[in-house]
Amino acid sequence: MWKRFRSNMGAMIGVVLLLSVIVIAMIAPLIFSDGPWQMVQRPFLAPFAVDGLPLGTDTLGRNVAAQLAYGARVSLLVGLVSTVVALLIGVPLGALAGFYGGYVDEGAMRFTEFFQTIPNFALAIVLVAIFEPTLTSITIAIAIVSWPPVARLVRAEVMSVRTREFVDAARLAGLSKPRILIQQVLPNTVSPIIVMASLMVATAILLESSLSFLGLGDPNSMSWGYMIGAARTVIRTSWWLSFFPGIAIVITVLALNLIGEGLNDAFNPHLSRKGKA
Amino acid sequence: MTIFAVVVSRLSKAILTLLAIAILNFFLIHAAPGDPAVVLAGEAGAADEQMIEQLRERFGLDQPLYVQLGKYVAGIVQLDLGYSFRQGAPVAELIADRLPATLLLTLTAFVVSLVLGIAFGVAAAARVGKPSDTVLTTMALLFYATPLYWLALMAVLVFSVWFGWLPGFGYETVGANYTGLERVLDIGSHLILPALTLGLFFTAVYMRMARASMLEVSQLDFVKTAKAKGLSDAVIRRRHILRNAILPVVTLAGLQAGQLVGGAVLTETVFAWPGIGRLMFESLAARDYNTILGVFLVSAAMVILFNIVTDIVYRIVDPRIGARS
Repeated sequence: MWKRFRSNMGAMIGVVLLLSVIVIAMIAPLIFSDGPWQMVQRPFLAPFAVDGLPLGTDTLGRNVAAQLAYGARVSLLVGLVSTVVALLIGVPLGALAGFYGGYVDEGAMRFTEFFQTIPNFALAIVLVAIFEPTLTSITIAIAIVSWPPVARLVRAEVMSVRTREFVDAARLAGLSKPRILIQQVLPNTVSPIIVMASLMVATAILLESSLSFLGLGDPNSMSWGYMIGAARTVIRTSWWLSFFPGIAIVITVLALNLIGEGLNDAFNPHLSRKGKA
Repeated sequence: MTIFAVVVSRLSKAILTLLAIAILNFFLIHAAPGDPAVVLAGEAGAADEQMIEQLRERFGLDQPLYVQLGKYVAGIVQLDLGYSFRQGAPVAELIADRLPATLLLTLTAFVVSLVLGIAFGVAAAARVGKPSDTVLTTMALLFYATPLYWLALMAVLVFSVWFGWLPGFGYETVGANYTGLERVLDIGSHLILPALTLGLFFTAVYMRMARASMLEVSQLDFVKTAKAKGLSDAVIRRRHILRNAILPVVTLAGLQAGQLVGGAVLTETVFAWPGIGRLMFESLAARDYNTILGVFLVSAAMVILFNIVTDIVYRIVDPRIGARS
């Protein structure tokens, strides 16, 4: 499987891009010890106008390169944590629905459907606006709007695995139902969940940046969406202020999507060959 | 089930969903930090004690929670979405004023993205593995990763600021007072950039789906039969593969309606498009919760209505579905 993933050029490009973003996020405090909020020069400096400020300064004279590096931390953190939280909601719900069926399934699916009908970005806006924008509220809001597809996926996977012979064998061996679900069924649903999770991190990063763009970011942490939102009014004179953070988002999201697709092809070689025929 | 029965069952389900959202809204107001009356009044009313008192009385905030809930839901059933103290008008009126602009924008973006997405997807599938397929799929991958609002800003910068080809701001030329055809053309030219930038992300989504679906269907046995009959590739693609491959794309398009409405908030913000998305953005800065929740409810209603329409179209396009259920 790993071999198939490695031979996928797109996926490897994704890994390299994502690793670069992660490294930048990790060493941000080392290179830019002043932090992203410190004024370092006069405002609106173009890229390369002054030595040491490769991307220029923003409307308040802050170092754009430092802001980008710190923004990577927020994007990755929110993307990752909100995905984990969404999995914590979606996996148990989908697993119970798929495994027990009947009323449990009916109830869980109605609940999921309700959340799927609500326009998810609008719900995220409402949640963050009402509970005050902080990293925690943003992360939870994104998780709340992202879990339904997970629940549906896990339910479908569990339903198909449940009828397999080894599950019958486990039942005959006298294992309890919860134990069969956790030890026998769920481990067999891991690969599609991993694929979905990697794509969810990408979507979460887009959502976070959109919220910050609208002014719903955590006021205490620098984020790419905030940078674009703050530079929106000066786009005519200083286009680079909104250009670079956008490129950073595209690179990060693209990397995650490439990795997700690579994982998908690696887990399902049969499907991928069919696609390329 | 006949189409009529489907419509009735879907509509009753839709009403239940909207009621659930209204109840959710109610609890959100109460979950917000601070006095619900102050929350409802927004920042503008926070200073005025008398108005807060009136609000408390009007919403019965001194009464048990279930009475309050009843009053709130009863209000919404009568299309009373509350009052925006910021804008000095009922929320329902504010939304009704701005809804046409949003409908124009989202429907245009939807049609454009569906047509372009299917066209590019079919084109890419027909040239699988060739350079043009690689170019198209790479483009789709890029647009799929691009934030809508950023693409919109860049479009304004390039086509409006640098080249001056298209207006990048507003719904029509202010003060021009065009009438008739001139006005239509004026609005149309203002519509191009917002609709395209909102549509491009979805074009990418539909294109990927259409391409995958075309490739999948082309593996099926009936395609081999058609080939064995001696039909040309072009005819097989158009008459046999496309018709079957298009169905999952339509389903997906229906499911994406919510995203489209969410995207409209961002697009309208960038282009100062006077729709309900822009209204929501303005209300965020003003902490006008009544309006925010009202827009939320109406956008959910739009999505539900849209899903019902897609469902019906789907049943007409594919009669097998009606027969199965």
